[in-house]
Amino acid sequence: MGMARAQETPAKGRRLGRGFWGCAAALAATGLLGSATAAMAAGVGQPVPWQMDLQRPVTEVATEIYNFHHLLNWIMLVIVLFVLGLLIAVVVKFNERANPTPSRTTHNTMLEVAWTIVPVLILVAIAIPSFRVLRTQLSDPKADLMVKVIGHAWYWSYEYPQEVGGFKFDANLLEGDDQVKSGQPKLLATDNEVVVPVNKIVKVQVTAADVMHSWAVPSFGFKIDAIPGRLNQFWFKAEREGTYHGQCSELCGQRHAYMPITIKVVSEQAFQAWTAEAKTKFARTDGGAKFAEAK
Amino acid sequence: MAQAVTAGHDHAHDHTPPFFQRWFNSTNHKDIGTLYLLFAFSAGIVGAFLSFGIRMEMEAPGLQYFSNPQTYNVFVTGHGLIMVFFMVMPALIGGFGNWFVPLMIGAPDMAFPRMNNISFWLTVAGFMSLVCSLFVEGAPGAVGAGTGWTVYPPLSTAGHPGPAVDFAIFALHLSGAGSILGAINFITTILNMRAPGMTLHKMPLFAWSMLVTAFLLLLSLPVLAGAITMLLTDRNFGTTFFDPAGGGDPILYQHLFWFFGHPEVYIMILPAFGIVSHIIATFSRKPVFGYLAMAYAMVAIGVVGFVVWAHHMYTVGLTLQTQSYFVFATMVIAVPTGVKIFSWIATMWGGSIRFTAAMHWAVGFVFLFTVGGVTGVILANAAVDRYLHDTYYVVAHFHYVLSLGAVFIIFAGVYYWFPKMTGRIIPEWAGKLHFWLAFIGANVLFFPMHFLGLAGMPRRYADYPEAFAGWHWVATMGGHIFALGMVVFVIGVVLAFRSKERAADNPWGEGATTLEWTLSSPPPFHQYETLPVIVDEPSHAH
Repeated sequence: MGMARAQETPAKGRRLGRGFWGCAAALAATGLLGSATAAMAAGVGQPVPWQMDLQRPVTEVATEIYNFHHLLNWIMLVIVLFVLGLLIAVVVKFNERANPTPSRTTHNTMLEVAWTIVPVLILVAIAIPSFRVLRTQLSDPKADLMVKVIGHAWYWSYEYPQEVGGFKFDANLLEGDDQVKSGQPKLLATDNEVVVPVNKIVKVQVTAADVMHSWAVPSFGFKIDAIPGRLNQFWFKAEREGTYHGQCSELCGQRHAYMPITIKVVSEQAFQAWTAEAKTKFARTDGGAKFAEAK
Repeated sequence: MAQAVTAGHDHAHDHTPPFFQRWFNSTNHKDIGTLYLLFAFSAGIVGAFLSFGIRMEMEAPGLQYFSNPQTYNVFVTGHGLIMVFFMVMPALIGGFGNWFVPLMIGAPDMAFPRMNNISFWLTVAGFMSLVCSLFVEGAPGAVGAGTGWTVYPPLSTAGHPGPAVDFAIFALHLSGAGSILGAINFITTILNMRAPGMTLHKMPLFAWSMLVTAFLLLLSLPVLAGAITMLLTDRNFGTTFFDPAGGGDPILYQHLFWFFGHPEVYIMILPAFGIVSHIIATFSRKPVFGYLAMAYAMVAIGVVGFVVWAHHMYTVGLTLQTQSYFVFATMVIAVPTGVKIFSWIATMWGGSIRFTAAMHWAVGFVFLFTVGGVTGVILANAAVDRYLHDTYYVVAHFHYVLSLGAVFIIFAGVYYWFPKMTGRIIPEWAGKLHFWLAFIGANVLFFPMHFLGLAGMPRRYADYPEAFAGWHWVATMGGHIFALGMVVFVIGVVLAFRSKERAADNPWGEGATTLEWTLSSPPPFHQYETLPVIVDEPSHAH
């Protein structure tokens, strides 16, 4: 009985089958192609509505990530479309109406060797640029400015070294009227901003006072975890002036979503002016902020 | 492959124990499998309710439903833990594994039937403990554990002084102990109780997948148990394994957790690999293409899966050398996975495919798992993960491989084996309508999460900047479509039980060659009183 019932279905199954792959193709096309063409929609220093691509890069590291990601995206799109094409071919050519007698083929050595070797070659092709970009990221260049970042539940505090004045301050979420007045985006703006000079290598040493946090700025390609008892270090060299936003990227409890990061990249002169003001405005770090041995 | 010359006999004089004895003290692999499936479905409803809360909150920026964002974190944590430990694992391993490993290898039952029973009840006890954790204090002034399913310290120690995390730890201990006992049971059964003539190289791929999965469980779960025990003593007995104030290190926990956690993702997907192979072969009316390569690809995935764990930790401050190694090792896994994808397609190639409901889910799985797989290759690159780590891109990736991968195959397995398990028939239209709603719904739900991640949206956020609102709204609409599919599923099952129609012993025809189809539908309470004998068929010889 069950058999008879099951056998009624092929015609319907075939019709549905075509719709299925048509739909899947449309999905893959709109999705994957869309993400590659939406670069113009990317915001600078912050996300924009309906964005489908990485944020526009403003450091060398972020640019390398951006380009390498696009390369990967195209390779993966080709692979997905290839698999999709094979599946469509199977559905069209080998449904039980089109092909009533199944073959008994279960082996094809050449084919099996090919689909082992070709993916290996693709992965090698990916690995070469991957390791290159990774080496740039972890190259640890000589710092022009050190900034120490401490994650707290739920705000960031920053310390600047003695050479630029030796001061520290907290950066809290800008909320309510203050946020509206600032003209900065909601949940991305802070009351005090991190200010750094343009085209200078800024090394950031990151730790945490209570639980783990993660200091992340997408347009810098920057993300490093803030871990109690550890001092992590990463760097950036922002290539254009402007205001850039990031958010805490390691679950840290109740107000995890409310401890954003705002960085102002300014000219050398503006940076000098800011440090002069900051020295008087913010608390001094006695004997200078404590930094780990850094090159 | 191979064919049985004698099959088990039906016994009309089958008697089953009384209700309590049968369902509470069960030692029958099929009954325990049924219990696991019912349990997984129930836990899945709780997990789905939590995800509904998440999606409703994320529909728009601002706090709509959760006045305290910590409660949102608790929902996220509960959703993850329940779906991993109490839905996917019980359904695929406890449910289908218990039901079909003995049937497929020609064994009368599991090797240790009573241990099988305690495995199940430990899982239930674990779930109860997890549910308890939702109602006791965790973080100060809030109930429940909001640590994420990874339970990272110090958030899970200093950040959650209340007992909720202890309950969550006990939940993992209990279900983990159940899973380890289950793994021992599967390994013993598969290695010792195969029917005469069924060598390992003639064993059905689902049994192969369960064998590999059982070894992964056996080797990885004790490490999790150790890690969470250390967490427990850090929390309660003044040890400082993970507390830098006493010389410990939070990163140690992450290494231990992911040494378990990465094999765990293969524990969830390998049984699905096994099931999809059978469904595709059955409805293509062809033997599986490259059987041995399929089996050893799973072994390779299992082995390499143990040496890639730190790709979950690229942003914790690992050295260049360490990150480079984990990039390399992780990409290696793409090769055996590719072998599986292409072998499934080659199995269909030249076949005479009947697109039943089960086949819809299986073919849909092959495509969607490919999408989830390629985003995995992208994330494997530490250089790009620097940007994408802990964003919605990762959420999209693991939901493609799990929600659109493992869960799709749980439903494929239900539609494939429902006639065998119950002797009843879910109407084909229900299975197909369910598939289309789930396929469209899950894609609308999860595909936009790639865009959110690329735009920089961090995961585990109760509230977000307005720029992310558009795609979140779309995702929530997809969630509603998916939920509608679940309603169709329930209707289909109800119709199956209301209908007088009964399934044939083998409703799927000549393509269904594994031993369970030689038995009655449903199979007798005790099968294979005469063991089936497997002989080589020359025409199938490899």
